[in-house]
Amino acid sequence: MRKKLWILIGLLVIVPGLLFTVSCAKKVVQSEPMVEDEIAAQDSAADDQIALAAQEKAAQEEAARQWEMQAEEDLRQTQLAEQAAKEEEMERAKMAAMQMFMNEDVYYDFDSSALSDMAKNVLSRKAEWLRMNADASVIIEGHCDERGTSAYNIALGDRRAGSAKAFLLDLGIDAAQLSSISYGEERPVDTGMNEESWAKNRRVHFVIE
Amino acid sequence: MESAQYTKHLKIALCAIIGCIVILLVFQTGIKADEYDYIDISNPFLRKIPLAVPWFKNISGGSDLDELSVNLPDLLSETLEFTGYFKMLDRRAFLMDSKNPDILATQINFRNWTAIGTELLITGGLQMKDGLMETELRLFDTIKGTRIIGKRYKGRGDDTTRMIRRFCAEVMFHLTGHRGVFDSKIAFLSSLSGKKEIYISEFNGNNPKQFSHHGNITLFPAWSSDGKWMAYTSYAKGRPDLYIRNLNENKMITLDGKGIQITPAWVPGKFELAATLSFSGDQEIYLLTGGGKIIKRLTNSRGIDVEPTWSPSGKQMAFVSKRSGTPQIYIKDMASDRVRRLTFQGRYNTQPDWSPKGDKIVYSAMDGGSIDIYTIEVDGSNRVQLTENQGDNEAPSWSPDGSLIAFNSTREGRSKIYIMTAFGTDQRRLISMPGEQTNPKWSPSVISN
Repeated sequence: MRKKLWILIGLLVIVPGLLFTVSCAKKVVQSEPMVEDEIAAQDSAADDQIALAAQEKAAQEEAARQWEMQAEEDLRQTQLAEQAAKEEEMERAKMAAMQMFMNEDVYYDFDSSALSDMAKNVLSRKAEWLRMNADASVIIEGHCDERGTSAYNIALGDRRAGSAKAFLLDLGIDAAQLSSISYGEERPVDTGMNEESWAKNRRVHFVIE
Repeated sequence: MESAQYTKHLKIALCAIIGCIVILLVFQTGIKADEYDYIDISNPFLRKIPLAVPWFKNISGGSDLDELSVNLPDLLSETLEFTGYFKMLDRRAFLMDSKNPDILATQINFRNWTAIGTELLITGGLQMKDGLMETELRLFDTIKGTRIIGKRYKGRGDDTTRMIRRFCAEVMFHLTGHRGVFDSKIAFLSSLSGKKEIYISEFNGNNPKQFSHHGNITLFPAWSSDGKWMAYTSYAKGRPDLYIRNLNENKMITLDGKGIQITPAWVPGKFELAATLSFSGDQEIYLLTGGGKIIKRLTNSRGIDVEPTWSPSGKQMAFVSKRSGTPQIYIKDMASDRVRRLTFQGRYNTQPDWSPKGDKIVYSAMDGGSIDIYTIEVDGSNRVQLTENQGDNEAPSWSPDGSLIAFNSTREGRSKIYIMTAFGTDQRRLISMPGEQTNPKWSPSVISN
């Protein structure tokens, strides 16, 4: 019984040991020719060293020249892009100014065509734009909220457009740039029936012709 | 060539008119309206007159008139009920043979009528004679047992509505001294086509037809006092311009000029009209020829002056002005040029319309956010509120006899056209049409049906 145990232990030690030895031996046999090849290649390359160096120098010089040209081109492109961006920015600003000119309405109190300080500020901005765009002509639309009666509101809208126009004329805007029309309560921007909506409708709106 | 054809057409038209309805006055009584006191002038609508209209008698006996002998009395009842003066009695209460009504004074048992509360009775008889229909209509005072009116009308079958309306006009004339509203029409604005356009219906709202076709906002219709011309404002060319149109001929006058051109009002009996123009930069009322030429300026104050309306004589003009800071109604005397303020209550009084009787002005006033209709005597006294707690009520317009007022109201949601009596009673919807309807304008009583 004890003898059998020793044999088993002996086998356990020997078999993995054999396996290990065999795999190691195989590795050495495989790697040896690769080392041989490398050395051979290095030996042949060393002969062309000088010629290669010359070629490399030429290539480097060519690359440097090309890089310089590229840099120059890039600079030119960048400048162009910058200019375009600047122009675009200006165009955008111009459009924004125009949008603001058209979107920013002048608001009034109920049954009134009097200009508040805020209305005067808005109109001053309108005047600035009209001076910058002296070839533009605009229509000043007078509107009212739905309260009140139809005919009176057309007259009131006419007065609102008139008060806005008079203020712009006072600021030196050319009368030829301005015309006016009243829609009374016929074209509300907000059809709600509360003060918030009515306040939005009591307005003078500018349209570029 | 053209004038010969025109004459021929005219002849045909005249023959048609003469041929289609021949009216014979058979037994006209000489009694004047003011000898009766059926109608209380202070408020005739408080106590309506009980009126009975039994089915008509089919005199010739043919079955072809059976339907008409039921339909025509119904039409007659509806037409008279519209005026607000009458209470129509229920036929089921009548103490008579409904199939064979007695239509002559000598046959009628007036006690059977007074017993059920009848004060006025209208009988009718129908017969066909030589291809024409003959209608006999009689109005009786059942209390006195006397005939007030007797008329016989002859015409084609499709003239029956005109016959009935003519007789109703006679009834109204004998009771009120005015022939009523049955020959009138109503112009109003409707957004049916997407844009506000002018439509014209019969006095009772029937058969509305589109009158303007501008395809853009059209407002403020105004009838000339002969009913032949209509002035109005349209944004057809982008701006609120004045248009003057002949209703029968294809003739249209437009005004040139800057600014708004709104609220035309014809001078009674003249081819002239007042309207607000703002070419000067100020909204002022001007007197214009029917051809659209300025005769003179009628108002002279900085600020809004709009909505002229003429007294029946044309000697005075009421209008809306903001000269005192809020919109109020003023009256200008044409001869003296003097202007006096009419309304003092409230901060928003607009849309005046001068009564055809001359004594009152109906207008709308904004009070506490909602708009309601009021009447006021021309001397500024007796301000009466006619509408209350029923949405916004605007744009009142008198009927040509001064007994009714058309207006627009939001009481049922979107704005529709309603009518009421001059005292605010009997308020009812006049026109059922999709979309919004506003700004009714009652024509004078000279429009042919």
